[in-house]
Amino acid sequence: MLIKKPSDIKPSEITPESVYRNRRQFMADTGALAIGAIAAGGLPGLAIAQDGDALKARAPVSLSRSAPAAWWEPKFANIKPAPDSGPFYTGEALTPYEDVTRYNNFYEFGMDKGDPSSNSGRFEVDPWSIEIAGECGRPGTYTLEDILKPHDLEERIYRLRCVEAWSMVIPWIGFPLADLLKRFEPTSRARYVEFQTAVDRDTMPGVRSPFSIIDWPYQEGLRIDEAMNELAFMAVGLYGNYLPPQNGAPIRLVVPWKYGFKSIKSIVRINFVEEQPNTSWNDLQANEYGFYANVNPNVHHPRWRQDTERRLPHTLFSRPIIDTRLFNGYGEQVAHLYEGMDLARYY
Amino acid sequence: MRKAIKPAVFCACLVPFCWLFYLVWTNNLGPDPGEALAKESGEWTFRFLLATLAITPVQQFTGWRITNRYRRMIGLFSLFYASAHFLVYLMFVLGFRWGTLYTEILERPYITVGFSAFVILVALGITSPKAMLRKLGKNWKRLHRLIYVAAVLAMIHMIWILRSDFGEALIYGTVLTLLLGYRAVNWLRKRNRKLRLARGS
Ligand code: HEM
Repeated sequence: MLIKKPSDIKPSEITPESVYRNRRQFMADTGALAIGAIAAGGLPGLAIAQDGDALKARAPVSLSRSAPAAWWEPKFANIKPAPDSGPFYTGEALTPYEDVTRYNNFYEFGMDKGDPSSNSGRFEVDPWSIEIAGECGRPGTYTLEDILKPHDLEERIYRLRCVEAWSMVIPWIGFPLADLLKRFEPTSRARYVEFQTAVDRDTMPGVRSPFSIIDWPYQEGLRIDEAMNELAFMAVGLYGNYLPPQNGAPIRLVVPWKYGFKSIKSIVRINFVEEQPNTSWNDLQANEYGFYANVNPNVHHPRWRQDTERRLPHTLFSRPIIDTRLFNGYGEQVAHLYEGMDLARYY
Repeated sequence: MRKAIKPAVFCACLVPFCWLFYLVWTNNLGPDPGEALAKESGEWTFRFLLATLAITPVQQFTGWRITNRYRRMIGLFSLFYASAHFLVYLMFVLGFRWGTLYTEILERPYITVGFSAFVILVALGITSPKAMLRKLGKNWKRLHRLIYVAAVLAMIHMIWILRSDFGEALIYGTVLTLLLGYRAVNWLRKRNRKLRLARGS
């Protein structure tokens, strides 16, 4: 029950905030960090940027993952770094890699936050394919290699706000969802997009739990205009490295203006549909989890106030509570999608 | 030997607290110690509540004579962990925004029942010294029966926080049902005996 995390290294030692502030600062800091690392007897795995590498953040070398298959490597060799401003960059301190990858809600692998990282070791992400179905011109089952082929990868730094009132800041690697969806030529009847997570009883203990009341597979959905918004992102990596299973390997959705459960993981099916699709948490408890699930400090969840959040990581002595913003601070990009809608009713 | 038992039990009851304190101090509770502490302190509150309720049946089944001193001590530890739980809530859920505490207690049912359970535990704690027992006389026993209400409210509080997996709650619920069921059965038996005696006379 306790989250066992043998961390004798403080997160701040591995990922100094200053590294992320901006690129120039990063370049300036690199030298100082290298000296610091030597002085400290060599910090485990602080990745120092190489020539031409301008990514905002990289996974510590000692924890970085190898490619699920050889064809992944060239894709990750050339990633467009996050900009220094605009919606794809938050300017806030990043949540350290260790926390992003060890504090997860992925109930297929267990209920506790540490379960997904402990229990997902046997989860296979290669080979992988995605079924494209429904109201589109090019349905079919595509291998992940085919899915990724035309897309160049980019880094984006987004806030992630969980409905449980905690939040993180994460450097994702991926490509715009709109670019992917357009390739399958959705018809005019495609008013919503439905996504489905893999289910594998063998490697997912949560799916086997007799006490779970979620009806697997996990399902999520977006309105088509939400899916086509520039912020909606398909992630295949984080911190410049391949996604670990607990974060939704090999491919997941990231919709930063909505509560985290909308950002469905380990996707195996994308279905273009005319009617609003069923979504797992909404099916389970419609009065608690709406279809839209836009981050909204004015509409409280029955269990959690939503006007504040705990920014992670925090300690006993830090004051982690910050104000939550409408649409998680992405109002400029997405508010127009909901013009005229009563957000208290369509929560 | 006898004299050593009480301090030993006292220290044993403090072990979970010290352990949690150590984990927090050394940054070993993960990135969200607030959440971890809320969960752990809540569970320990309930476990001590169950332990308090278990003393009478254990006494009657085993013939051990556990004095009321221990019942009181373990009950007070339940209050101790509940206070820690409440403090964690104030720090890491509300961020000491006192204004919201009031609305939370009024408007969020699981907080309403949890807080009611806490208020009951506080009332029982305040009236736990021997002097209070003497002062309240018969009413003391009546008042302290509220521990059953506190336990049921706490259980409701826990069920309301469940997300999608009810395994743990099932275990706690079963133990609580057994402990309360034991009393219900005893009470019914006693009543029947009284009725029979009344009819026989
Ligand atoms: C005295 C009786 C109480 C008991 C036995 C109790 C027990 C628990 C338990 C076992 C949990 C963990 C549930 C889980 O995550 O599995 C919990 C969570 C919680 N309790 Fe209590 N509680 C009590 C009183 C209170 C009070 C007075 C408050 C605040 C006014 C409170 C606020 C909370 C909150 C906010 C959580 C949820 C933390 C989260 O979101 O994970 N509780 N409680």
